[in-house]
Amino acid sequence: MADSFISRGFLGKRRQPEVEGRVPPGQYVTPDFPVLSAGPTPHTPLDRWTFQISGLVRQPVSWSWEEFLSLPSKTYLTDIHCVTKWSKLDTQWKGVSVETLFTNIDLDPKAMFVEAFSDGDYTTNLPLEDILHDQAFVAYEFDGKPLQPEHGGPARLVVPHLYFWKSAKWVRGLNLMERDSPGFWESLGYHNRGDPWKEERYRGD
Amino acid sequence: MRKILEWQIATLTRVKAETPTVKTLTFSLPSWVPHFPGQHYDIRLTAPDGYQTERSYSIASEPERGGEIDLTVERLEDGEVSPYLDDVLMVGDQIELRGPIGGYFVWEAQMGEPLLLVGGGSGVVPLMSMVRHWAAAGSKVPVLLLYSVRSPEEVIYSDELNHLCEMRDGLRIFYTFTRQTPPGWTGYQRRIDAQMLHEVVSQISKPFRVYICGPTLLVETAANHLVQLGIAAENIRTERFGPTGPSL
Repeated sequence: MADSFISRGFLGKRRQPEVEGRVPPGQYVTPDFPVLSAGPTPHTPLDRWTFQISGLVRQPVSWSWEEFLSLPSKTYLTDIHCVTKWSKLDTQWKGVSVETLFTNIDLDPKAMFVEAFSDGDYTTNLPLEDILHDQAFVAYEFDGKPLQPEHGGPARLVVPHLYFWKSAKWVRGLNLMERDSPGFWESLGYHNRGDPWKEERYRGD
Repeated sequence: MRKILEWQIATLTRVKAETPTVKTLTFSLPSWVPHFPGQHYDIRLTAPDGYQTERSYSIASEPERGGEIDLTVERLEDGEVSPYLDDVLMVGDQIELRGPIGGYFVWEAQMGEPLLLVGGGSGVVPLMSMVRHWAAAGSKVPVLLLYSVRSPEEVIYSDELNHLCEMRDGLRIFYTFTRQTPPGWTGYQRRIDAQMLHEVVSQISKPFRVYICGPTLLVETAANHLVQLGIAAENIRTERFGPTGPSL
């Protein structure tokens, strides 16, 4: 029944033809960069900041802020999609590909999932496959400037092909796991994977 | 257990103008379930050619009111959905909804501790659901609402908040008017800042839970200052609301 429902008198604002095909179902395009977070913005001093790769690896790794900045970086131009319905097109980031982070790291073949963990106790879970092949990066610049704290600075994970809650703000590391384990929003009724093109917003979608 | 997030067709049964740009819409739901105050519903609009768009709106009503929900909607002039809800949708019309959604920015009377609610503009909507639930459940915990709004005309739920304050012990409201005050106003008349939060927090016994909802700048300011005042970050829950702020 709901599939054939028409909202009386609704025509909608049509998208510009050039963005058609870039906006997933139910989303709208915003020029703003809305801020969403569940609690206060953490402010970890850079001299105490580290980025760790832990769990199912032969040797856990930890980079300081300076070491992290010296890793090979790339500029990314990508669209992002928030589960709260906004999409932002052509966002520009600079950061380090997860692929690069995994260079010289011996991943245990049993590692199938990853938990991104952040300051403020935020976590999100992802299949390892979703962050490989240059699909995900750890960003520290947005639009050519240092990433602001309210947007996840000093560094956030960016996984553009999934809803943006998977792009953990204030990220401090990746923990490799054999079994999947729901993160913060995934435990609170949101979808476990969050593919915007399949509209995987909430559990059961 | 019902799959709670299926779309259902609700009927608009009442419209109440709250301010010149804010209305409360009451929807009757065929499969209503009690929500947690702070949660929201998604609305989906479908055009005849199949084009669809969705938005989230906070629930304003208390879960004690069965069968229906209030959504309070601020009209955004360049918006796609709020002008439709304001101009086109009439009592008796149907609309697709699903919810309730959200599991962190929620409060229930049984959670106990005193409450500090900090709202900016239409960010007061989910906080109102908490206040109404507090009253309906007969909760005894002290509740303090700090409500930042540009002018007296823009206060949402003004009469009801005043009435609740008179009728019920334990609820106190601090308004701050950032552009225009009522005549003879002696209270706060500036944006929320560290001094204001310090004064308000001194009126409430610790430990307490904090819920902050409003524009990004207000939420960032209030949350950061409360952390500096020694409130544990895990006791502070935030939600952004209303028109989005400037980009980076």
